[in-house]
Amino acid sequence: MSEPGTRDALDPVRDLLARDAAKVTVMFLGIWALFAAFGVVLGYGNNGLLALVRRVTFLSAVYGIVVLALNIQWGYAGLFNIGVAGFMAVGAYTAAMLSSAPGGMPPGLGLPLPIGILGGMLAATVVGLVAALPALRLRADYLAIVTVALSEIIRIVYNTPAFADITGGASGFDNLPTSPVNSLLLRDPSSTISEPTALGDVVFSFFSQFGIQRFTAINTVYTVGVLVALLIVYLVLERTGKSPYGRVLKAIREDETAAQSLGKDTQNFKVRAFALGCGLMGLAGILWFAMGPRASITPVTFRPNITFYIFIALIIGGAGSNTGSVLGGALFASLLFEAPPVVRNIITDAFAVSADPANLIEALVPIASGDLVPLAGFLLNNVDTLRFMGMGVLLIVLVQRRPDGLLGARKETAAAVPLTEDTRPDHGSAADNGGGSDE
Amino acid sequence: MEANATVERGLRAARRSPGAAVVWAVAAVLLLDLLAKLVGVSLGPLRTPWFSLWFGGDVPISEAAGLAWSGIVIGAVIGLASIGLSLTYSILNFANFAHGDYLTVGAFSGWAVTYVIAGVGGLLALGETALNALTGLGQSRLGDADLVALVLLRTPPLDAGANIWLSPLAIVVGLVVAVGITVAVALALDRFVYRPMRDAEGISLLIASIGVAFLLRYLVAFVFGNGRRIVTSTEKLPSLDVAAAVTDLLPFLAPARSAVIVDLHELTLVVVAAVLMVGLHVLLQFTKLGKAMRAMADNRALAQVTGIPTERVIKSTWVIGAGLTGAAGYLLVLSQGGLGFQTGWLLLLLIFAAVIMGGIGSIYGAIAGGLVIGLASRLSLIWLQGDLSSFARPTAFALMILILLFRPSGIFGGVETA
Repeated sequence: MSEPGTRDALDPVRDLLARDAAKVTVMFLGIWALFAAFGVVLGYGNNGLLALVRRVTFLSAVYGIVVLALNIQWGYAGLFNIGVAGFMAVGAYTAAMLSSAPGGMPPGLGLPLPIGILGGMLAATVVGLVAALPALRLRADYLAIVTVALSEIIRIVYNTPAFADITGGASGFDNLPTSPVNSLLLRDPSSTISEPTALGDVVFSFFSQFGIQRFTAINTVYTVGVLVALLIVYLVLERTGKSPYGRVLKAIREDETAAQSLGKDTQNFKVRAFALGCGLMGLAGILWFAMGPRASITPVTFRPNITFYIFIALIIGGAGSNTGSVLGGALFASLLFEAPPVVRNIITDAFAVSADPANLIEALVPIASGDLVPLAGFLLNNVDTLRFMGMGVLLIVLVQRRPDGLLGARKETAAAVPLTEDTRPDHGSAADNGGGSDE
Repeated sequence: MEANATVERGLRAARRSPGAAVVWAVAAVLLLDLLAKLVGVSLGPLRTPWFSLWFGGDVPISEAAGLAWSGIVIGAVIGLASIGLSLTYSILNFANFAHGDYLTVGAFSGWAVTYVIAGVGGLLALGETALNALTGLGQSRLGDADLVALVLLRTPPLDAGANIWLSPLAIVVGLVVAVGITVAVALALDRFVYRPMRDAEGISLLIASIGVAFLLRYLVAFVFGNGRRIVTSTEKLPSLDVAAAVTDLLPFLAPARSAVIVDLHELTLVVVAAVLMVGLHVLLQFTKLGKAMRAMADNRALAQVTGIPTERVIKSTWVIGAGLTGAAGYLLVLSQGGLGFQTGWLLLLLIFAAVIMGGIGSIYGAIAGGLVIGLASRLSLIWLQGDLSSFARPTAFALMILILLFRPSGIFGGVETA
């Protein structure tokens, strides 16, 4: 807080940025502006621009949800769960099995989508509880190994040919439930070119004014829905953080022994935090893979790699902070995950790099004769691999230099009432009397 | 009386730890079932509403022996690799998730060298070619061999001819290089990643090791490409059908119903692994290093106060651990033939399972755990047939989870380092 004497013109901006909502808004606006600029440089039309921005927003939003879920477990309760992929898989698979059409292959139960979503979250919660009850009393590193092994067991079970009739086996669960946006906007939800509903008519004609195709419009509406889901999850978790339950969680985060000595059954709180986190991971899995743009549920998707991406995002944002989780998820998804291929395209276009060496040696040898183009071409073509190497380096640097992330280090008061004000009744006179009688 | 007392004792033990009793009961049933299967006795089916259970059955002894041999082969690799993980886990106090990728580094670096030597036509030819390139003496033996394709492991295996019969020297040099490079990489990573955070808690180090894992894995993919390839040549590779040999030797046995093939690569792997393990045993028993490591695993600060050069011991730990892991990676490829940039990563959880089974910090436990995991993952195929065979890995993982939950000191009881 600045002293009254040093206020200047920038102070309102600073005050605004101190608010979490403003931080998130500014970040999203920044991401949108950046990717819109990328799109303009690449010469995209309105439709392409919106599609690009929408893709980044969608990924940022789903990452936000799952990072929030992990934050409950690791940031607050200190449970090092590296089986996130497994819980997302349970959510996505269960929702798809419950809500997809009974006639498809593999057949679903055809239940309404809300039941499927709730069922998926419930299934992920139950699996989390089953894992948590015995495992949470383990040391943190043992819990890590148990959860990653569990997520691999889950993946292999979904992958196995023995259950291919139910799960689709290695080729994945192809028969996905109908996207809610399709049923909202289209008379025949299974085909994007069918007659729109009344609401669909309004939406499509609005988008077509800007030359945006129906497919992009549908995906955009879905992405807005996911953003709303992110907002709801965030608000619920913020509210939880202020409830008595959340205060105990924060106390555990700061010092578990102290919380125990105050008579809190920390084990019980941790189990509940773990279950809540797993349920939200299930929700993220459903929103990400079971419906929406390019939805697909394949066992390969749920390799442990995705868990580690989510961890990197949480560490960027700062474990223990909900706003940090959203920031970290969005920054990871946009800048680290989506941006490198786009930037690659921009550079390739701008400098007309056409060199395509088949391997590193062919790229390095021409340097001896002062020709850097083959190396540049090779680096650009392998930007995906470089991106993963960069993530590894970033993780190491973050853990070494900034283990608290962007927002993890700040102190939140756990009390619901402001501690600076004196709220005790008759404070002054009580102190005077006490002092007086002692003498 | 005697029998009664034994039963009584058993019952008391079962009441004390019902979990262990269940595990022993399941193990006993499986063992009896295996024996019945081997003898060819079958009981059943025991019908339940969903499926019918058979006890016993008919499994040829030769099939079980074949599975056991392949279990020993993979178990030797896992055991060798798990020593390093176990050592770093107990001495540096963190679960190293990059350990599998150390194995990949060893495999790729060693095989790149083997490929160049074997592809050019042996160490002498390579030396002469190098001499020719440098000084103009002698003649180049390169012929139509493409050095770039060789060093990046892109030459078809039959053209390179890397196998222990055709080019034994190339294999030996490759193994040494695999050990050397893995040690160098591990020491460099320790210097730049782990040493600055020596006093951090286990979870921070674990997260850093995940970063290292990403870096190494995709560095290998960046250099060698991300396709999986076969590198060993099977040309003229000696192999022996042990089952046929045994029945030839002992004519009163019925002829074997399936072959048990043991090839020279697998044999080399098992022998080299055994030699390395015995060498390690000698090293740790007859030098002060072993004692210093045990002291550090117990209490690092106390060890330092006592005058143990902790940094040097940590370095030795990395040298031993990474060296054995590099060798394990190289030998794994020798026996299985193929490698890709994910090879070590996919093996990591099995290595963890071996370490945990043997008790973290125990070298002999890790070796035994590796063999148990290897044998279990193969012998379980006797029960998990057809579509169910994909459950072999989950079974090993589930075993590991159960041990962590109910007996975190390992099945051999809390043995300490070495």
